[in-house]
Amino acid sequence: MKIPGLDVDFAALPAPVPVWHAQVTAQQWQAAASAVCEAGGRLLALWAGSAIESEAAGAQSTGAGAVCAAYVTLEGVFWLALPLECNAGEQFYPDLTPAFPVASRMQRAAADLSGIRAQGAQDQRPWLNHGAWAHDHFPLLQGGIQLPQVTPGALEDYPFVRVEGDGVHEIAVGPVHAGIIEPGHFRFSVVGERVLRLEQRLGYTHKGIEQRMTQLVPLQAHRLAGRVSGDSTVAYAWAYCMALESATQTTIARRAAWLRALMLERERIANHLGDLGALGNDAAFAFALAQFSRLREDWLRASKAAFGHRLMMDCIVPGGVQSDLDSAHIAPMVASCRTLETEVRRLCDIFEAHAGLQDRFLSTGRVAPALAARLGLTGMAGRASSQAWDVRCDHPFVPYDGLSVAMATRSNGDVAARVAVRFDEVLESLRLIQRMLAELPEGSVRSDVALPEGSARGAGWVEGWRGEIFVALELESGSQGSRIARCHLHDPSWQNWPALEHAILGNIVPDFPLINKSFNLSYSGQDL
Amino acid sequence: MWRVLHQIAKTGICSEPAPDIGEAAQLEATRIQSELLAILGQALTIRQVDAGSCNGCELEINALGNPYYNIEGLGIKFVASPRHADLLLVTGPVARNMEMALRRTYDATPEPKLVVAVGECACDGGIFGQSYASCGQVSNVIPVDVLVTGCPPEPLEILRGILTAVRRRVKA
Repeated sequence: MKIPGLDVDFAALPAPVPVWHAQVTAQQWQAAASAVCEAGGRLLALWAGSAIESEAAGAQSTGAGAVCAAYVTLEGVFWLALPLECNAGEQFYPDLTPAFPVASRMQRAAADLSGIRAQGAQDQRPWLNHGAWAHDHFPLLQGGIQLPQVTPGALEDYPFVRVEGDGVHEIAVGPVHAGIIEPGHFRFSVVGERVLRLEQRLGYTHKGIEQRMTQLVPLQAHRLAGRVSGDSTVAYAWAYCMALESATQTTIARRAAWLRALMLERERIANHLGDLGALGNDAAFAFALAQFSRLREDWLRASKAAFGHRLMMDCIVPGGVQSDLDSAHIAPMVASCRTLETEVRRLCDIFEAHAGLQDRFLSTGRVAPALAARLGLTGMAGRASSQAWDVRCDHPFVPYDGLSVAMATRSNGDVAARVAVRFDEVLESLRLIQRMLAELPEGSVRSDVALPEGSARGAGWVEGWRGEIFVALELESGSQGSRIARCHLHDPSWQNWPALEHAILGNIVPDFPLINKSFNLSYSGQDL
Repeated sequence: MWRVLHQIAKTGICSEPAPDIGEAAQLEATRIQSELLAILGQALTIRQVDAGSCNGCELEINALGNPYYNIEGLGIKFVASPRHADLLLVTGPVARNMEMALRRTYDATPEPKLVVAVGECACDGGIFGQSYASCGQVSNVIPVDVLVTGCPPEPLEILRGILTAVRRRVKA
């Protein structure tokens, strides 16, 4: 497989979704960026990979080895690895931000964690390292289990971009926020109530997930993957397991794939219900919060009854699912889908007929389609700005191949559009769940996963409720069998946080909570 | 408006009783509430601090506000500032990037300064443990009164933990 306009042959990875891999040179690295950009593709992820043994054997112990990028085109995912040479401790690669502005924070994170830098990138400020560890200590370079003890340093001031002018002042918010949400810092520059600029500083919940990944055995690491972002635990666990199954060339049983999809759609509904209630509440319509949080609670209790955990954590395991779905749960689940559908339709009517609510939603926090495309806005928020991408529709794998998922899109890109997409997706997922329950194939739910002797590579790509979750996994042989050399877990929040800085422009400060909630991005997922 | 009222009436009240916190359930809870009022002169106020969690615990803490658990009906309220709080509800392993923020939040909280650590990670570091980026459990950074285990703990367990912390302090 080739990217049009780029003379590189990609090799297919054995995965249910189309993922291709190739090692490239610095020239090809840059040519690929322009080719993908021209073809209307997107940058999915950028990270520091592990050393490539054949060509960078000398650099293996001292350097990051390679910088990796994953692009999405209509054909699927292209995973590029550019081996880096170690020059006096610093490693450089060509900057991707001219073609893909969204690369900036990913490049800064890779610099903090692995010491590789984008040559000539405009923004070189640290991103995940707030000063808690030395700037010449690169956590992901330390091989394997033995890790040097680091002495925590004092946190450093961050050079925010300042806006100057008559009457401009700053509002600093966080990291500890006023609600029950994750920590992060927002710096607003405002005149009166109007926001002139928002700058985010994230990384507060950075807890070393990618390094921890390399300390876990491959068959246990799905538990950590499921805790990258708790609200997307099913999507992450599936993406990780898909990557591991891809690296080990395991095919899972049909019933297992169907049950995974069942859980993924349940997770999507649970999150959308929570968000719809919170969005109503942020527009001072407390009725919505009471109603939707009640529906969400019913839904979580049903998940617990059927799968043993309210959020379905650890229910997806390498090779399949933890436990089979008892047929006794099917009838009540179908009934609960029908009840929920009636309730959601009724609440949707109430939302649409409520003038005060619509007044707050319409034209608030707008990301126009052209800007969304330029910023690489993805997932549910992307679909509300005409970015019609959904892995379940674009590359349907089992069981989505037989379900013809209808993609929900809107073109307004405002809060109202993101609310509408959520309503559509809840109803579509309810339809999918009922179809899946009716046609659930029989058979086993867990296959054996045989770990490879040598090194192997795998990828997982799943459409979670927020957007696409991508996992790139590299296995190598260790002293106690196969071990994880590198595992990159990518959250769609990387793409969408910067877009939020644009969405708020020209809006008033009191609308920020509403706009922020309409995206509902993960802090933990991008902080890693 | 008519449809909103109709929906409210149709849904009715779905709040469930507060959880059993050990010996004698409801009476005890009521007694705690009145003692709480006597001591604090107000409802119990909570400041939630995510010190690095995966947001799973936040989902379940948020669920406490739904009509089933109706935490505000028990006289417990989440507040926006530690200066208004009697109790800190802390989740997550403490990320090194959050260590200072957590200490400052604790310092800003007036007495009685109860601390409840919620979730496996807050109790013992969980799957993240201690590393270059994580200080591990909450008690490595600030004193903790009550631990609520579970990943994430269900809303009732969190509520039980909150009531246990308050009862201990009231008795002491």
